[in-house]
Amino acid sequence: MSHRRYSVAESGQPAVFPPEALKRIDELLARYPTKQAALLPVLWVAQETWGWISKEAAEEVARLLELTPAHIDGVLTFYTMYNLSPVGRHLIQVCTSISCHLAGAEGLIDHCRKRLGIGLEETTADGKFTLVEVECIAGCDKAPSIMVNDTYVEPVDGKKMDELIERLSSEAGE
Amino acid sequence: MADEKVLLARVGKENSRAIAGYREDGGYEALKTVLTGGWTPEKLIDEVKRSGLRGRGGAGFPTGVKWGFVPKDTKGKPIYLLCNADESEPGTFKDRLLMEEDPHQVIEGIILSAYALKCRTAYIYIRGEFYLGARVLDEALAEARREGLLGENILGSGYSLDLWVHRGAGAYICGEETGLIESLEGKRGQPRIKPPFPAVSGVFAAPTIVNNVETLACVVHIVKRGAEWFSKIGRNEKNTGPKLYCLSGPVNRPGVYEAPMGLQMKDLIFGEAYGQGMKNGRPVKVVIPGGASAAMLTPAEIEDCPLDFDGLAAKKSMLGSAAIIVMNEDTCIVNVAQNLAKFFAHESCGQCTPCREGTPWLHKVLSRIEAGEGRLEDIDLLERISNQMGNGMTICVFSDAAIAPVLSSIAKFRDEYRYHVTEKRCLVGPRAGAAALVPA
Ligand SMILES: Cc1cc2nc3c(=O)[nH]c(=O)nc-3n(C[C@H](O)[C@H](O)[C@H](O)COP(=O)(O)O)c2cc1C
Ligand code: SF4
Ligand code: FES
Repeated sequence: MSHRRYSVAESGQPAVFPPEALKRIDELLARYPTKQAALLPVLWVAQETWGWISKEAAEEVARLLELTPAHIDGVLTFYTMYNLSPVGRHLIQVCTSISCHLAGAEGLIDHCRKRLGIGLEETTADGKFTLVEVECIAGCDKAPSIMVNDTYVEPVDGKKMDELIERLSSEAGE
Repeated sequence: MADEKVLLARVGKENSRAIAGYREDGGYEALKTVLTGGWTPEKLIDEVKRSGLRGRGGAGFPTGVKWGFVPKDTKGKPIYLLCNADESEPGTFKDRLLMEEDPHQVIEGIILSAYALKCRTAYIYIRGEFYLGARVLDEALAEARREGLLGENILGSGYSLDLWVHRGAGAYICGEETGLIESLEGKRGQPRIKPPFPAVSGVFAAPTIVNNVETLACVVHIVKRGAEWFSKIGRNEKNTGPKLYCLSGPVNRPGVYEAPMGLQMKDLIFGEAYGQGMKNGRPVKVVIPGGASAAMLTPAEIEDCPLDFDGLAAKKSMLGSAAIIVMNEDTCIVNVAQNLAKFFAHESCGQCTPCREGTPWLHKVLSRIEAGEGRLEDIDLLERISNQMGNGMTICVFSDAAIAPVLSSIAKFRDEYRYHVTEKRCLVGPRAGAAALVPA
C-alpha cells in the first residue's frame, strides 16, 4: 500500500471532534506520561470519527497533543492503516504474503478487480468498495485470508468473494 | 504428558474469554499465590530463570536473564513492561489465537511478570489489524479491574499496576522491540541504535522490558506448576516448555498446534494430531521453519529436525516465531523468493542505506528472473547485494532477515534459478505449464 502514502489530503472542512470523541481522547491521554504517546490512539479516534484522516483532522490532532503538523504527517505516512483520503464503505484487504500467495491470493485479487471493475487502491463509483493488497494479517492457516473493514473473512475463494460482495452491496440502507 | 495442552487448554471452550470461566479453571490462582503468598519479585525472577523459559518472539533469549538486566537502581525512573502483540511475521498466527480466545491467561502472565519487574505501568502493543483481539483484551481488562486484579492495591497486597491496550497502525517493523518503543512514544516505528538496550533505557527513557505474548502466558504456568515441571517439558534443558507452532501451506490441517518444545518437524507436518500430511499427497519441496526471515530447509534437512531454538540453529536456520510454512513440489522457488522479497521491500523502515536500497533491488532482480528476463549474472548479483546488506551493517536485524530467504534458496536451489534464466520460465507450478505450451 506504499503507493498512496505520501501525502495527506484536504477535506476542505474544519475538523472538530464531537464531545464523545473528546472524552475518549482525555481518557487516552491519562494513560501515558507524555501527550505524544497518545498520538496513534488519538489518530484512531479521528479515523473512527471521519472514516479517514484529512489534513484538517491531522492539524486538529496536532493542536490537541501539542505536536507539529509535520510530526503528524511523518507518522501518518509511515503506517499503512490510516486512510489519507476517503475510502469506500467496505475496505476489502487481501493478503498476498507467502501462505496466502501459495493459496492463490493474486488470483483472488484479479477476480475482485474484474468483479468490481476497479484496480488496487481504487474505489467503486458508488463509493461502496475499495480494494487494497496487504501483507500477512495472521490468518495464514485459513489462506487466502482477507479483512473487510475490521473483520476477518477466511478462507476466501472466488465464489465466497462473490457472495460476500453481493451481500455487502445489497445491505440495508445502501 | 506429551499430549497435555497447557497454553491452549482453554481454547475452544465455551465462553473461554470470560473471567468467570477462567477462574473456574484455576485462573488468577497463580497471581494470588505470588501476591498474597509472600513471593518476592526476586523469587519470581529466579523461578523463571530456573524454568529455562526462552522468549517466544523470535530471538529465544532467556526471559529470566533478560529481566535481570533491569538496573537495581533506576534513579527514580519507573520500569515499563511492554507485551509485544505485533505478530506480523508472515506465517505467524499464534498470539492472535491466545488473545482472542483466552485473554485472561495473557493478562495474568503480564501482571505476574510486571510484579517480578517492579513495574507499575504496562502496555500491550497490539497490531492495528487485531481489532477483535484489542476489543477482547479491553473487555477482559475491564473485568480484571472490577475484580481488583488490576489497578490500586491488587488483592490487598499493596502492589499496583495499570495495564492498557495500545493499538499499532500497520507496520511490520514495530514488532522489533525498539521500533515498538518508538511507535508507543507516538513516532514513526524506526528501530533505535543499541546500546543503550531497552532494559537500561527504553520507552520514555526508562528501563523497559519487551516480551512476546506467548512468553508472558508461559509465566502463569511456571508459577502454577513450578520451574522444575516446566524445565522437564521439551527436548533438553536449553529448549524447554510447551510451545505453539503455526503450520501453514498446502497441508491437510493447517493451524496452531501445541507440543513440547522440540517437536519433530515431520511429526508436525505428517502427524495425526497435527498437520496430517500434505494435501493430495504432493511431496514436500521446501519448508520455511521460522517465518519469512528464516532460511529455507530442503526435504533432506527436515529429517530429524527438532523444532526448537538449537535444533534449527544447527541447521543454520531459526525457530523465529515458530511459523512453519510448508511448500510442495508444485512451488517455484524463484516465485517464492520474489514474494518474500516484496514483503521486505515494502516493510523496510528506510533508515539504513543497505536495507532501504537493497530490499527493492532484491525484489527487482527476482522479479526480472521470475518474468523470464533474467541473466545468469543476476544470480551472483543477488548474492552480492545480499552480502552487502547483512553482517551487522544496519541498525536492526531486519536486513539480515530479508536476505535469509534469498541466500538460502540460491544455495539450495541454484539449478532451479539457472533453469529459470535459461529457459525463461518456471521449472514447476502453474507458470511452468502455461509457458510449456509455447513450442520449443
Ligand atoms: C523485524 C523484526 C520483527 C519482529 N516482530 C516481532 C513480533 O511481531 N512479535 C514479537 O513478539 N517479537 C518480534 N520481534 C522480536 C522482538 O524484537 C523482541 O525480541 C521480542 O519481542 C522479545 O520478546 P521475547 O523475549 O519474549 O521473545 C521482531 C524482531 C525483528 C527484528
Ligand atoms: S535494517 Fe532496515 S528495518 Fe532495520 S532499522 Fe535499518 S532500514 Fe530500518
Ligand atoms: S500470509 Fe496471508 S495471512 Fe499470513
